[in-house]
Amino acid sequence: MTSYPDWWKLLFGRFTLESIPYHEPILIGTFAVVALGGLALVALITRYKLWGYLWHDWFTSVDHKKIGIMYMILGVVMLLRGFADALMMRGQQAIAFAGNEGYLPPHHYDQIFTAHGVIMIFFVAMPFVTGLMNYVVPLQIGARDVAFPFLNNFSFWMTVGGAVLIMASLFIGEFAKVGWLAYPPLSGAAYSPGVGMDYYLWGLQIAGIGTTLSGVNLIATIVKMRAPGMDMMKMPVFTWTSLCTNVLIVATFPILAATLALLTLDRYVGTNFFTNDLGGNPMMYVNLIWIWGHPEVYILILPIFGVYSEVASTFCGKRLFGYASMVYATVVITILSYLVWLHHFFTMGSGASVNSFFGITTMIISIPTGAKIFNWLFTMYRGRIRFELPMMWLLAFMLTFVIGGMTGVMLAVPPADFVLHNSLFLIAHFHNVIIGGVVFGVFAGIAYWFPKAFGFKLDRFWGVLSFWFWVIGFYVAFMPLYILGLMGVTRRLSRFEDPSLQIWFVIAAIGAVLIALGIACFLIQIGVSILRREQLRDTTGDPWDGRTLEWATSSPPPAYNFAFTPIVHDLDAWADMKKRGYQRPLTGFRPIHMPKNTGAGVIIAGLATICGFALIWYIWWLAALSFIGVLAAVIIHTFNYDRDFHIPADEVVQAEDARTQLLGRA
Amino acid sequence: MSASQNQVEAHGGPNTGNHDGHDSHGAAHGSMRGYVTGFLLSVILTAIPFWLVMNDVLGNSTLTAIVIMLFAAVQIVVHMIYFLHMNGRSEGGWTMLALIFTIIIVAIALAGSLWVMYHLNTNMMPDPHRM
Repeated sequence: MTSYPDWWKLLFGRFTLESIPYHEPILIGTFAVVALGGLALVALITRYKLWGYLWHDWFTSVDHKKIGIMYMILGVVMLLRGFADALMMRGQQAIAFAGNEGYLPPHHYDQIFTAHGVIMIFFVAMPFVTGLMNYVVPLQIGARDVAFPFLNNFSFWMTVGGAVLIMASLFIGEFAKVGWLAYPPLSGAAYSPGVGMDYYLWGLQIAGIGTTLSGVNLIATIVKMRAPGMDMMKMPVFTWTSLCTNVLIVATFPILAATLALLTLDRYVGTNFFTNDLGGNPMMYVNLIWIWGHPEVYILILPIFGVYSEVASTFCGKRLFGYASMVYATVVITILSYLVWLHHFFTMGSGASVNSFFGITTMIISIPTGAKIFNWLFTMYRGRIRFELPMMWLLAFMLTFVIGGMTGVMLAVPPADFVLHNSLFLIAHFHNVIIGGVVFGVFAGIAYWFPKAFGFKLDRFWGVLSFWFWVIGFYVAFMPLYILGLMGVTRRLSRFEDPSLQIWFVIAAIGAVLIALGIACFLIQIGVSILRREQLRDTTGDPWDGRTLEWATSSPPPAYNFAFTPIVHDLDAWADMKKRGYQRPLTGFRPIHMPKNTGAGVIIAGLATICGFALIWYIWWLAALSFIGVLAAVIIHTFNYDRDFHIPADEVVQAEDARTQLLGRA
Repeated sequence: MSASQNQVEAHGGPNTGNHDGHDSHGAAHGSMRGYVTGFLLSVILTAIPFWLVMNDVLGNSTLTAIVIMLFAAVQIVVHMIYFLHMNGRSEGGWTMLALIFTIIIVAIALAGSLWVMYHLNTNMMPDPHRM
């Protein structure tokens, strides 16, 4: 280590030239590929003069549909990063046996499993779920946008800001080596002095602000902006589950923010909330982080239950069985999800009374979840089932998720948990419910709503291929982990002594490769569908014979969603309208009042990201400057009164006439 | 004006009517009198705890802490009524529902944490006298 002069520290904080990991061949290779790819992308955008289009039509857009699509793109990009981490771990564990060190040194391996968890939960699953809700909810309730369109744009860019920080840690400095929930004392200043932990804290803090605000936004949207006639018990199930998820977000993300803030204080100013000295207690961190953490998994799965419900009723051609019980099950899960957090640390030593209470609440929560499974089954019973892609994902989900649910109930038994805690059995369990539940559901949702968003269906062949690779890959990758877990192998190990275990890790690695093929097929599916879009075109706006209001408008919907706000008389409003012989109004269009695009979201979130970066590296002048910048930009934005405009009546007439022609052709 | 323009005004929900003016939001709005009352109450409720601590009136720090907590709880109610204009009817009952939900969640989190941490502390933390 060369010593750096004072002016350097003043200017660049603790950043030094050694912070660039040029001695790591894997990272340099990755950087070269990313840099070349990025340059090529920038060159292409510049060559085709798309910067203006991207800025005016997408980055600054307050249209919930475009923001939803951008969330999905963010999710896909981060999925590639998170999955690359998974492949590296599987590769390392498959070869690091009996003296073979593998190809990843421990400090690199530890960063990889931390990054994998953080990215998959915060920057893959969350953007996917938020993206689906953003796109679909306003359409399902017959609204023209969310309640606070600017806030929506800002929330998205804050999420991107968090993702940018996490990605930056790959090439500038390092990432945390502490596991995805960063328990102290390991994550405290004494044991994790580097920048990795600070990347974690500020990345999650910035993304968390975005998530909380988008939760507020969607609650207000669902409560205040439903079409006339749509009372609570006539809301589509996806909207219901979205409402419950956003209630969970608003109630729990502040807990995460506060917990991370306390840990940040411990690290930055030497407080002792989570140390062993001066009255601090690291177990309090574990307690607080799981009060957020358990509801978080329901935040991910609830909207996905909504997706499955929509898919089930649409592709079985009948009403969802037990709508009311579905709604009550969702609400019960929302409340119960706050009563189970301790099952994540049965082994920490709270004793029999506490452990039994949380063990029992955990088992109780499987009852409403089981009720949902039966609802979907009974929806299929005597239904006219069409085995389109979304329906296939639903079936794979039901089979897979039930297995994951059962292993979950096994883990909920405290004495059993003392054996299984932190073993690969746990890893297999939560991948079982997150991949088999959330990921399958996201793909079902993408296949289901893609024609709505882009006006053409996804190619079936590549979709089916992707489906089988994913489903088979999942079982091949994670069933061995159940077995290894029962044999006592713990998580997060980078090398093993016992050669008899190796075969299982090799099988798991093969499974990961199969999933990689599934992801590749998904990307090819998107590409092929774009090329074949004329054959796959949906001119009706209702390609699946849908039942809810999003199918009442064109595909893709006009900026204003509905020329006239629909009036709802029944559950499954669009199915009801079709049954009564609904006639689309062709005249009498009026100017439509809409929110105006603004660059403020990008600017404020960008400044916040710079502020986070400066705090990570102790570049205090930049942190102060960018923080003042954030405040100034927020204040300036409040003086922007030019926030709305009217889409003139003749533009509405043109758009609606074009749709009339399309419908006539169909 | 700007608050309502943030929302898309195409239509209101079933219980809100149209978003054209401020008064149709369904939320109660404060009067000068209400704000002054709230402000004075807040000042009094803040001043008393300060006085209790600075002059050590009760002579017992645990008792003082409990009394301060009670004043804080009352202060929260004052803020909700006079500054957030919450009552059982505003927004068609939604604010009350949200409040009840919040209280349940906060109660679960606080009571649960105290219970859990008490047990963890007793069972797992090193006892300074035995060390």
